[in-house]
Amino acid sequence: MSSKVTSDAKSRYARDAAKYRPPTPYLRNFLAAFFVGGAICAAGQILHAVFVAQGLDDGEAGARMAASVIALGALLTGLGVYDILGRFSGAGSAVPISGFANSIVAPAMEFAREGFVLGTAAQMFVIAGPVIVYGVIAAFISAAVRYFIVGIGG
Amino acid sequence: MKVAQAAGQLKAERRLGQKSVYFPGRPAVLSTFTVAGPMEGQGPLGSAFDTIIPDTYYGERCWEKTESKMLKEAITHCIQEAGASERDIDFMLTGDLLSQCIGGSFAARELAIPHLGIYSACASFGEGLILAAMALEGGFASHAVVAVSSHHDSAERQFRFPTELGVQRPPTAQWTATLAAAVLLGYPTSPYARPGPRVRLTGATIGEVIDIGIKDPYDMGTAMAPAACDTLATHFKDFGISPSHYDAIITGDLGAVGREIAVDLLESKGLAVRNRFEDCALLLYDRRRQGVQAGGSGTACSAGVFCAYLYRMMLEGRWRRILLAPTGSLHSPTSYKQGEAIPAVCHAVAFEVETGD
Repeated sequence: MSSKVTSDAKSRYARDAAKYRPPTPYLRNFLAAFFVGGAICAAGQILHAVFVAQGLDDGEAGARMAASVIALGALLTGLGVYDILGRFSGAGSAVPISGFANSIVAPAMEFAREGFVLGTAAQMFVIAGPVIVYGVIAAFISAAVRYFIVGIGG
Repeated sequence: MKVAQAAGQLKAERRLGQKSVYFPGRPAVLSTFTVAGPMEGQGPLGSAFDTIIPDTYYGERCWEKTESKMLKEAITHCIQEAGASERDIDFMLTGDLLSQCIGGSFAARELAIPHLGIYSACASFGEGLILAAMALEGGFASHAVVAVSSHHDSAERQFRFPTELGVQRPPTAQWTATLAAAVLLGYPTSPYARPGPRVRLTGATIGEVIDIGIKDPYDMGTAMAPAACDTLATHFKDFGISPSHYDAIITGDLGAVGREIAVDLLESKGLAVRNRFEDCALLLYDRRRQGVQAGGSGTACSAGVFCAYLYRMMLEGRWRRILLAPTGSLHSPTSYKQGEAIPAVCHAVAFEVETGD
């Protein structure tokens, strides 16, 4: 669109500038994500085992475990810890369900200054919204595919 | 009709080349003042800031208000420092990053000073200095304040993510500085000019907006480097000088990545800048210790570093001439979501210290 800088010059610059980019520390990021994410999941598994030991069946224990991890993620967000954890571990703390809690509580807290209606409520799903929308769409499509292959209940 | 004719015949005598102006009367910096955030206070320039606020809220309930308060305090203290009062100031120019520039206008509602709001993102300090110096040279003002602010958290929530969201920042990311800085410009004949060495503005180059096609808002240094290179190269050409004319050439917030690109671009044009090239983004923080990835950024990054460091280096006689070139990324939260690249600008201002009378 810009006539001042040709698209040729732009692609040449993009190529040259890429050499200056500091390398993303993939190995470090993978390890941090693996261990922090693993630790969160292990904690969830331990909670699950505790609930089963208390006499809940597998499904009930799973639901209670998920609720506990969500509550913990929300609490750590409120205490200002989860963003520090996230900066360190990336996907390790973003992918587990506690990260989903973080993605809802963080904007809910952040936009409280704009009021409970126009702030908190309106902005709460600003990060999680796309995840929910495309999660539901993906679930619908895969269920449809499954229906055509194996039929209902198959 | 007569007036129009006269204006048409006027020749712009204080211009050099297409983009540069020079100031024969050499407006002087009469005073400066900085208000820094806690993290900036722990950086390498910590002891040089005039005020360091204890926490990022500074007694306010939201960061936008904190930013305005910091800016207002920088302006009032800058004026007080010179021994002047609000009524002595002909106008002030303010710049910040908040939507509709409320940092400046909300500070201005508490000050009895005519106000002009400006925006060049992080190059606003350069724009303000140039406009104020031109107004002084044109006889439209005898005292003008240029003040800018930025706040890490108010910028984060506007441009990026909620501050409590756990996100990993890429190594090219830059840290918006929590800072406010103000300078008072006038002439040495002003009643508020103190004796002693004086830093004066000698000329400037107004930058052209350059869009080199970089779209990643986490890589603004790469997006701004060509604009910095263009303005600096034009400056040397328009004034007919080589980079060695200056003891230091300081860009605004190119950061570690953009700085290297800009130096190489200039060197490839035959301009030997490498051994006198600094960048405010790298002077403001200790990158290793403070975890700011490629360095600082923000409207007040260059202004704060100028007041706390560059200006003092000149007063102490360690540098005689410097070229300050604040750089700005002119994208918005809307534009980058729409897939637009980041247009960038750089305005350069030349300073020279004169030993006092």
